[in-house]
Amino acid sequence: MVGKTTKKTYLQAFLYLLPALLIIFTFVIYPLIRSFYMSFFTDYNIFKHTGSGFGFVSYVKVLQSETFWKALKNTAIYTAVVVPISIIISLGIAVLLNNKLKGMKIFETLYFLPYITNVIAIGLAFRFIFHSNYGFLNYILTGLGMDPVVWLNDTKYALISLIIFGIWGGLAFKIVVFLAGLQGIDKQYYQAAKVDGASKWTVFRRITLPLLSPMIAYITVISLIGSFKVYVEVVGLFGNAGPADSAMTLVYYIYELFYSSYKPVLAAAASVIMFGIILILTFIQLALNKRNVHY
Amino acid sequence: MNNIRKIIVYTLLTIGALIMIFPFFWMITGSIKTYNEIIGNPIVWWPKKIMWENYVIASEYAPFLTYFKNTVIVSFFNTFITLFTTILAAFAFSRLEFKGRDTLFSILLSTLMVPSQMLIITNYVTIVRLDLINTLPALIIPFTASIFYIYMLRQFFNQIPHQLYLAAKVDGCSDWKYMWKIMVPNAKNALITIGLFNWIASWNAYIWPLLVTQSDEKRVLSIGLKYFSGEAGTDFELLMAAGTIVILPLLILYLFARRYIIEGVSRGGIKG
Repeated sequence: MVGKTTKKTYLQAFLYLLPALLIIFTFVIYPLIRSFYMSFFTDYNIFKHTGSGFGFVSYVKVLQSETFWKALKNTAIYTAVVVPISIIISLGIAVLLNNKLKGMKIFETLYFLPYITNVIAIGLAFRFIFHSNYGFLNYILTGLGMDPVVWLNDTKYALISLIIFGIWGGLAFKIVVFLAGLQGIDKQYYQAAKVDGASKWTVFRRITLPLLSPMIAYITVISLIGSFKVYVEVVGLFGNAGPADSAMTLVYYIYELFYSSYKPVLAAAASVIMFGIILILTFIQLALNKRNVHY
Repeated sequence: MNNIRKIIVYTLLTIGALIMIFPFFWMITGSIKTYNEIIGNPIVWWPKKIMWENYVIASEYAPFLTYFKNTVIVSFFNTFITLFTTILAAFAFSRLEFKGRDTLFSILLSTLMVPSQMLIITNYVTIVRLDLINTLPALIIPFTASIFYIYMLRQFFNQIPHQLYLAAKVDGCSDWKYMWKIMVPNAKNALITIGLFNWIASWNAYIWPLLVTQSDEKRVLSIGLKYFSGEAGTDFELLMAAGTIVILPLLILYLFARRYIIEGVSRGGIKG
């Protein structure tokens, strides 16, 4: 079947691929190379494509910037909290939804709602819920006899508010994927465990978790990368980077360099650094998975 | 399962579900309350009189109808052009035999790792050079092909028996005809899922529209809402009305297309 590729088949394939490739080359591959290239210039005119001072000056500048480290720290804290907590909660909810009971489809529909939402718009709802005087959250807290919290305008709580928002928004996707994973597990395993009289918790630890481990690994990688790019959530919740930049994230920092400070070269260098961090995180995660995942 | 267990399961799920939908409920009901009701203490769960006026006042502040129209136009063209380019490319990568096919596909796949922040600077320059700044095509063109969707559709195409293709070839059916008559109808569900996700992504896009549109006439909902939230300050009922304008169409879409959206995600196809 696989004969010589003739001129005609090449031409045919070329025509089929042309529309997609034209867009992908222009808006993905070309800018990727161009951004990487320009990040090594000290001074670069993005419109004329002329630059001077080839080297690592931009990278040094980014790495010496206090804002960069603040953004990196915030992003790291956000990721380190949101990823494990949202995975544990969503796994729990998926296990509950996997019960053969009436109404589970309705629950699934409700739990998935936040996935399709516009983050800027629902961020406004959260802004209102978090409001220190009129917010629903403080209404509940004071009702329970606790002190109200200045969620969004206090540097101590801004990142915590962002984390709560992030967990809320990140559950939907994970629940659906975990539920699909749970439903894919062969019932025979559970029947065998039942015969042996294993407790529910033992069954979960010894059967469900190992069999679900590829999925947990997949979700971990995806949400690690996703959390590291947190940005729209910040805009939705604060409209800026939070009080005294206390919710400044890495992507926010990159966009601000480009959009507000108009330093495209620094923005390019910072985005390359972020890409590097994401690659390293992914490789570490994949290496860990090799040891812990049971396929 | 005994009854106590059932009660526990239902109770936990109900509490969780209430937390998940509360922001939507609070936004939508807030949008029809008066200012005094929305900041009321104790809480006012439902307004005495439904304040449709909030929507009128919000639209007087900012042209939400224009934003809405722009968003629909952009989402529409984005989705349909993407479906077209995706079908063609996925077919080529799935059925056409040419040297270097798999290498080319791997190279394209590897670019999925690249964060979009790396691309945006140069893409902005490209749009300036094409003289498309502050136009709707600037919001459409860069997103009319997606490696991820090509990858997804190729998986589906690969599941369609190859013998079918060979038989059709023997019968003298052209590739073009085979693609539209056999492959596309067979992958209908996948195409609906891709279309829906593309539509949602387009509807919710934020940073790119912020970058390439400036005037009110060309703004989409996300951007209009962002600027509006800066102006409306503490008029919560207006903010909630504006937010509802953006979210409600998505909720309605979700209600009707729930099956395709959840299926698309549960196959592990769509990223989070």
